[in-house]
Amino acid sequence: MRNPIGPLEFTRRGWVRLWLLAVFVFLYAPIVILIAFSFNQSRRNIVWTGFTTDWYGRALNNASLIEAFTNSIMIALISTVLSVILGGLLALGLYRFRFPGKPVLDGVAALPIVIPEICLGVALLVFYARVGWPVGLPWPLNLSQVIIGHVVFSFPFVAVVVRARMEGFDRSLEEASKDLGASEWQTFWNVTLPYMKTGLIAGALLAMTLSLDDFVITFFTSGPETITFPVKIYSMVRQSVTPEVNAASTILILFTVLLTVIALKFQKPSEGVG
Amino acid sequence: MSNGVPIVRFENIEKSFGSFKAVDGVTLDVPNNSFFALLGPSGCGKTTLLRMLAGFEHPTSGRVLIDGEDMAGIPPNKRPVNMVFQSYAVFPHMTVRENVGYGLRVSGVPRGEIGPRVEDALRMVRLEAFADRKPDKLSGGQRQRVALARALVKKPKLLLLDEPLSALDKKLREDMQLELVRLQQEVGISFVIVTHDQDEALSMADLIAVMNRGKVLQVAPPWDLYEEPNCRFVADFIGEMNLFEGRMLSADGGQARLDLKGIGLVDVPWDYPATSDVALAVRPEKMRLYREEPELGWVRLPGKVAQVAYFGDNSQVFVETSQAGRVVVLRHNQSRSRDEPYRTGTDCWVAFEPTDGIVLSD
Repeated sequence: MRNPIGPLEFTRRGWVRLWLLAVFVFLYAPIVILIAFSFNQSRRNIVWTGFTTDWYGRALNNASLIEAFTNSIMIALISTVLSVILGGLLALGLYRFRFPGKPVLDGVAALPIVIPEICLGVALLVFYARVGWPVGLPWPLNLSQVIIGHVVFSFPFVAVVVRARMEGFDRSLEEASKDLGASEWQTFWNVTLPYMKTGLIAGALLAMTLSLDDFVITFFTSGPETITFPVKIYSMVRQSVTPEVNAASTILILFTVLLTVIALKFQKPSEGVG
Repeated sequence: MSNGVPIVRFENIEKSFGSFKAVDGVTLDVPNNSFFALLGPSGCGKTTLLRMLAGFEHPTSGRVLIDGEDMAGIPPNKRPVNMVFQSYAVFPHMTVRENVGYGLRVSGVPRGEIGPRVEDALRMVRLEAFADRKPDKLSGGQRQRVALARALVKKPKLLLLDEPLSALDKKLREDMQLELVRLQQEVGISFVIVTHDQDEALSMADLIAVMNRGKVLQVAPPWDLYEEPNCRFVADFIGEMNLFEGRMLSADGGQARLDLKGIGLVDVPWDYPATSDVALAVRPEKMRLYREEPELGWVRLPGKVAQVAYFGDNSQVFVETSQAGRVVVLRHNQSRSRDEPYRTGTDCWVAFEPTDGIVLSD
């Protein structure tokens, strides 16, 4: 005997289930197909002719693809670290202090989120040309232009996330810490930072993802020598979409999923409660 | 702690926030080993005074001395006081034990000493069984105990409590009142508590300072404050009070003759020079209710019951008198009865002995 469906038991209604299924298919079917065809024997992503892992071998032996991949990872790591530091400090400053021009800074800080990437890309290109940014530096210094570009658009995201987190912060926690004998620095390190941690991790994940798949700004700021993964894939696709591209993309997906899982491990639910 | 020096001395403290004067010329001593309450309505400056002791606010003018030492320029983390915050401010990412040990750890107490001191503090507030829990797994009362243990483990010269019981429900609040008094006697340091709840202050403190609009109006033990308020505000703020306005006609030989509006001539004890406008203040429990006019030499007022507030153990009876307006009488429900004997609309007499009244001149 089945119980009658309660008013809030949406997932037991047939049409809701159908709707959910449609949503999932819409969201994940392209990715599933991408991964499936990376194991296809045929050169074309149209007909399934048999299983193989050759394309992974090819992708991993493709020196320029590997180089692009390492560049992307390097850029993502460095720009994430810088974005988290800058964004975290900005959020803390805006939360903690009152100073003239604060509302202006508050607005201006969010500007890179709003400005179309294409404008930011052009602006950075013009800027680098104007100041005569050195080119032809050894790796990874040759990535500095791209890294700076990525920091510019991703640190506001970190700031926004951390700021939202700080809204729920009980200031008397900091007072209690000082009252108990802690210095300003000890208070920041032992009380404020642990509270910010959830926001910082979420911000870092955002920054990392934004950096890894950014195409427009990278395209404008990278010199002729430096190729990142999205740019490389784009140039490969212009010739033809081979399963090698599928294989490379699958590796990238695995990599980001792994990062997310690790980040979530750091955010044990009991530690985030404030 | 040297004898004779009060643990806290406020000297002519003023504190302004912009054009608002939060504290307006307060001079006050807190004696050693006392349970001291700062009592007043919200915005009266009591919390500002407490935060000055902790070092979170600085007086605009005047001096704060703790154990005879001027606190000017000494930051919160270097003061010999600890505070229990209104929100408890228990660190959410630390266990109970880590919370209690925090103050010792950051001030560089040797590791070997921290463990036993933390255990002692936990035992004192009866939280041994919860030492390894995170605060989100504790009740409000338990979190409060963590905040207490965390402050007391530092062995301060003075413990500050900012409205510590306001977030607890009634039953728990009453338990905690007794607990705080026990703790104060056990550790033998002064507790300074800020509260707007007069019952809390009366039941816990040995000395109460009543504040209003940034000024201290009266500092006295609970009994004196209740029975000998020095002004209308204190009389009205502490408990309920019936005020009968009038004039003082003459005063000599320890007696004064008052002419009260609607009542007439009344003789009361009075040791001070004569003044003109006065009020006679009488507590509701010092007034009696009668069905018929009583055969007494007391002040008697006929009236009609306007409203009754029933509390179980007693009832507040509001009587509309024809001569002196509305008065409140407290009736103890001493015998078990099925019905309130003085229901709304009942004709009755209110009587009180003039010597139970307090003469207030301002």
